[in-house]
Amino acid sequence: MSSEGERGQGQIVRYGPALRINHWIVAGSFLLVALSGLALFHPALFWLTNLFGGGPWTRILHPFIGLVMVAAFALIGAKLWRENIMRAYDWEWLRKIRDVVENREDRLPEIGKYNAGQKLLFYTIILCLLGLLASGLVIWRAYFAIYFPIWFLRFAALLHAFCGFVLICSIIVHIYAAIWVKGSVRAMTRGTVSNGWAWKHHRLWFREVTKGQQK
Amino acid sequence: MALQSLDIVRRSATTLPSPEARGAPAGEVAKLIDVTKCIGCKACQVACMEWNDLRDEVGTCVGSYNNPPDLSEESWTVMKFSEYEHADGNLEWLIRKDGCMHCADPGCLKACPSPGAIVQYANGIVDFHEENCIGCGYCVTGCPFNVPRISKKDNKAYKCTLCSDRVSVGLEPACVKTCPTGCITFGSKEDMKQHAAERIEDLKSRGFENAGLYDPAGVGGTHVMYVLHHADKPELYADLPKDPKISAMVGLWKGISKPLGVLAILATAAAGFLHYIGIGPNETTEHDEEEAQRELEKEKTP
Repeated sequence: MSSEGERGQGQIVRYGPALRINHWIVAGSFLLVALSGLALFHPALFWLTNLFGGGPWTRILHPFIGLVMVAAFALIGAKLWRENIMRAYDWEWLRKIRDVVENREDRLPEIGKYNAGQKLLFYTIILCLLGLLASGLVIWRAYFAIYFPIWFLRFAALLHAFCGFVLICSIIVHIYAAIWVKGSVRAMTRGTVSNGWAWKHHRLWFREVTKGQQK
Repeated sequence: MALQSLDIVRRSATTLPSPEARGAPAGEVAKLIDVTKCIGCKACQVACMEWNDLRDEVGTCVGSYNNPPDLSEESWTVMKFSEYEHADGNLEWLIRKDGCMHCADPGCLKACPSPGAIVQYANGIVDFHEENCIGCGYCVTGCPFNVPRISKKDNKAYKCTLCSDRVSVGLEPACVKTCPTGCITFGSKEDMKQHAAERIEDLKSRGFENAGLYDPAGVGGTHVMYVLHHADKPELYADLPKDPKISAMVGLWKGISKPLGVLAILATAAAGFLHYIGIGPNETTEHDEEEAQRELEKEKTP
């Protein structure tokens, strides 16, 4: 059981092994790049540099870990972008965000593999990563910073911090959503979700992936 | 505490006071560079090299008298030569000794993320402590005068120390000691301002009506000041900024965004926690599993 939609023992495959592994590469590199970035952003968090072998090592490692994160996410993005296109029912889902927050799922429209929140997160991550990549290259002192005028460096430093914060907050929301909606984490650890989970949260996807396989 | 500094008024990336019991009873210091007396002999550059034991790589001529062409991690002061042609055809050779200005409100220190890599002493000297430097280059981004340089050798930031080691034992900076024309003087900031005022009066009587002191208020004043014959046009002197201040972008980056950003992260995490406690998780029930099963059965038997 490894490709999307396969079923057995009340479970449906949501993510294959390649995507799961890639997700955890992104997650791990995000954790490291966020901790090292925060260490250099606020004096109260400078102690986090100890996790990386001190200040200079933090400064050296941070951009390389960032590149790993961007490259790994690019593969995820290339695979999932089609399923993240906003549809009419997604906008309706967003209008009923109160029902979403208060767990009244029965009042929400039926949706595909991702809900509107997940889709917006997808775009937020892409924008933040593009912003971080571009500004990060500009302020990368060891290789590129000398090629840019000082006002541009200042702007890039500010943009880098801004995108970093938006991304960190977005990922906190992403992690919390996985804790909140029970049965979600399994999709990224084992690859499967229960039939009931798929039916309840992503009914259109549930129908789409189960339809073709009936014997 | 033998070699400690007990007179630190500001320390980079530090939120609590540093040892400052000692203070500066003699007041703040200043180096006054009277560019109108400078003959461009570069003795100050040599003295800086000698005292600090720095030997920059011998470069090549780039078509001007600037030698080396610019400040570097091993050239903490450089005479900058500018040719200024008057409207009446008269040519002036303006020579400015470039280097750290030791701002009262230092942009480098504000931008530095590493605790104690940059300090400001009670006497006003802004000093880099290279052992704490992580090589990120934020000081370069923060400086309104384009002074700090990151070494390619060790990735540490370097600049003029105003000979803090000499000043702390009652000596004047090496460049001051060596200057043959008395163009560079050193003393308390008050005395230097008074000396500058006398010089400016003299210059005005000689026809330099725009002569004045360069002690820019935008950075809180500086502990290296210039007497300029054309104080109305400081940019004539190798692009000395007219109204330098810490860039608004650096102010935003290193000011309000620090607490706001951390607050945003904490608020997001707190919102999640409160949601879990207040509303609770969204669970898939037996009922959902049965509904799903029913749909699957329905499809199976059309």
